[in-house]
Amino acid sequence: MLLTPEEVEHVALLARLELTDEERERFTSQLNSILEHFEQLRAVDTSGVPPMSHAIAMANVLREDEPAPSLSPEDALQNAPDRSDDCFRVPRVIE
Amino acid sequence: MSDTRELYDQTAHELSDLLSTKQVSAREVLDSVWNRITAVDEALHAYILLTRDVAEQQAREVDERRAKGEALPAMAGVPIALKDIYCTKGIETTCCSKILRGFVPPYDAGVIERCRRHGLVFLGKTNMDEFAMGSSTENSSRGVTHNPWDMERVPGGSSGGSVAAVTASEAIVAMGTDTGGSIRQPASFCGVVGLKPTYGRVSRYGVIAFASSLDQVGPITKDVRDCALMLNVLAGHDPRDSTSIDAPTPDYTKSLLPDVKGLRVGLVKEFMEYQGVGVDAEVAAAVRAAVGRLEELGATCDEVSLPYLNYSIPVYYIIAPAEASSNLARYDGVQYGHRTRQPIADIIEMYRKTRDEGFGSEVKRRIMLGTYALSAGYYDAYYLKASQVRTLIRRDFDRAFEDHDILVGPVSPTVAFRLGEKTEDPVAMYLSDVCTISVNMGGLPGMSVPCGFSSEGLPIGLHIVGKPLGEETMLRAAYAYEQSTDFHRRKAVSILTGEGRRCAVVREQRRSPDP
Repeated sequence: MLLTPEEVEHVALLARLELTDEERERFTSQLNSILEHFEQLRAVDTSGVPPMSHAIAMANVLREDEPAPSLSPEDALQNAPDRSDDCFRVPRVIE
Repeated sequence: MSDTRELYDQTAHELSDLLSTKQVSAREVLDSVWNRITAVDEALHAYILLTRDVAEQQAREVDERRAKGEALPAMAGVPIALKDIYCTKGIETTCCSKILRGFVPPYDAGVIERCRRHGLVFLGKTNMDEFAMGSSTENSSRGVTHNPWDMERVPGGSSGGSVAAVTASEAIVAMGTDTGGSIRQPASFCGVVGLKPTYGRVSRYGVIAFASSLDQVGPITKDVRDCALMLNVLAGHDPRDSTSIDAPTPDYTKSLLPDVKGLRVGLVKEFMEYQGVGVDAEVAAAVRAAVGRLEELGATCDEVSLPYLNYSIPVYYIIAPAEASSNLARYDGVQYGHRTRQPIADIIEMYRKTRDEGFGSEVKRRIMLGTYALSAGYYDAYYLKASQVRTLIRRDFDRAFEDHDILVGPVSPTVAFRLGEKTEDPVAMYLSDVCTISVNMGGLPGMSVPCGFSSEGLPIGLHIVGKPLGEETMLRAAYAYEQSTDFHRRKAVSILTGEGRRCAVVREQRRSPDP
C-alpha cells in the first residue's frame, strides 16, 4: 500500500478537507488503486526530457501597466457569505 | 417541397437563412425551442437553470434591430444552451457544485461577451459533472442527465447537459468545455458534433478553471456547418487570458468543401487499442468504415503508431488533479459561495467544514490526489514525471503530423454506458476518456463527428485530430465525411415514445444526495 489512512488524513489537512471515517477508508483504498495505476510511469525513460507545461510555445506575455476600470466594491462583495462594510468578514485569525 | 420540420428541429445555418430573410422572427424560433424544452426536459434533465426572461429580451433586441434594417451576424437570433461553467453577469453560475450555489457573477466570461455580441439567445445553464470532473454527468450536485437515445444510459460528460440539449433539439447549439474529452466524448455518445479547439484559440477569461494547462471552450452542434459558424463566434485573441493565442482567425465556413482529395489521414493505432486492449468491435468497425469512406472521397489513409499515448491515463490523472487542487483552493467560503453554518473553533476548521459540505466525492478525490502529487517529496515522482511524459506524447503527435494532415480514431472505446455502471470504480470511468485526453495534453484541436450506430442503436463518433491551429483542415475533413453520410440527420427517438414519464421517475430515485 502506497498510502496509509494516516497519510490520507494529513493530505486532507493540507487540502483543507474534512473527511468522515467512512470517507477516509474509501479514499485510502481508491487513492491507492489510482496510485498503483501511476506506477507504470516509472518505466518510462525521461532523462533529459523537458517538462511540458504549455501546449503552444509562448514566451512571457507582458502588457503595459495601465490603470483600467475594475469591479466596484459593491459588485465585488455582492456574493460574500459574510461582510462588514467594504470588507469580507472571516473568523478571528490572530488571537 | 416546403419544409415541414418544426423550427426547433432545424440547424443554426437553416434558421440563420430563415431569420436573415425575415421568414421567421427570433421570437418564433425561441418559442418553438421553448415548447420543446417544456415537452422533454422533465424527462431528460439537460438544464439546471432556464433563463426565459433573458432569452425573450435578447430575441426582442434581435428582431428590433433586424426590423430597422441592421445587418446582423449570422448567428443572431439562434438559441444557445450554456454549460454551467461560464461566468454570466447577473445569471447564477455554479459549475453544478453545492459550493457555488447562489453565486451570481458580476461580469461576463470572454466567450459570453462574444455570444452576446453575435446576438445569440441564452436559453439557460446545462447540467455537468461538478467542476467538469467526470465522464458521465453523474457527478453533478443537480441530478443526472439522460442520454436521449436511451434513457437508461449516460449522455457522457462532463458537458452532458449541453450535448443532451442539442441532441434532443432543446437547443439549436450549445457550448461546453473540454479538459480531457468533455465535449467530444458526450458528442460521440449522443451522435452530435463537438469540437475542442487548439489550446489558446478560444478565451478562457471568466470560465471556471479545472486544469489550466488543458481546459478549452468549444461548440456542440447538430452538424459541421453549425460548428464552423460557432467557432467563428468563439475564436479570437483575448488579452485577459494570458494563454490566448494572438493569431488571425479565419472564416471557418470557408473550409467546408465537400472534397478531401490528397488529404493525408493517419488512423492512430493507440486510439484503436490502449495498452493492447482494443476498443469495442462495433466502434472499431464504424471507425474503419469511416476511414474507408474518406479514402473513397480522395484521401490517402494509413495506420500510424504513437507509442507514448499508452501512458495517457496516468499522465492525465496526475496533471489534471494537481492543477485542480490548486485551482479549487479558492473555494474557501470567504469571497463567494457556500460557507458552513456549523460552529467552528478557528478559520482552518471553517475552511475544512465549508469544503467538506460544498464538494462532492469525485471533486474531493481529485483534490486529494492532486494535493498528494504536489506535496513535499512527491512532486518529482508525479507531477514532474508526468509533465515530461507529456512532452513525449506531444513529440509523438508532432512526428505523426510530419506526414499526415489529420489523425483519426474512435472518440471513446465504447458507446454510451448505463447510468450507475461506472460510478463506484474511478479508474474504469477514467478509461472512457482514453482516446481523447492525449489530444488535450498535446494542446491540439479535436472533434467528434457521427460515424454510425451500434447494433443497439447507440451513436458512435469519429475522432478527428488536427495540428495546432489546424481547425480548418479538421473541419474540411469532417464536413466532406459528414456530407457523404446521413448519420447526423437521424434523430433520437426514445424521448418521443412515451418512455419519458417512466424515466423521469427513475431520475427522481437517482437524485439522492451525494453519499
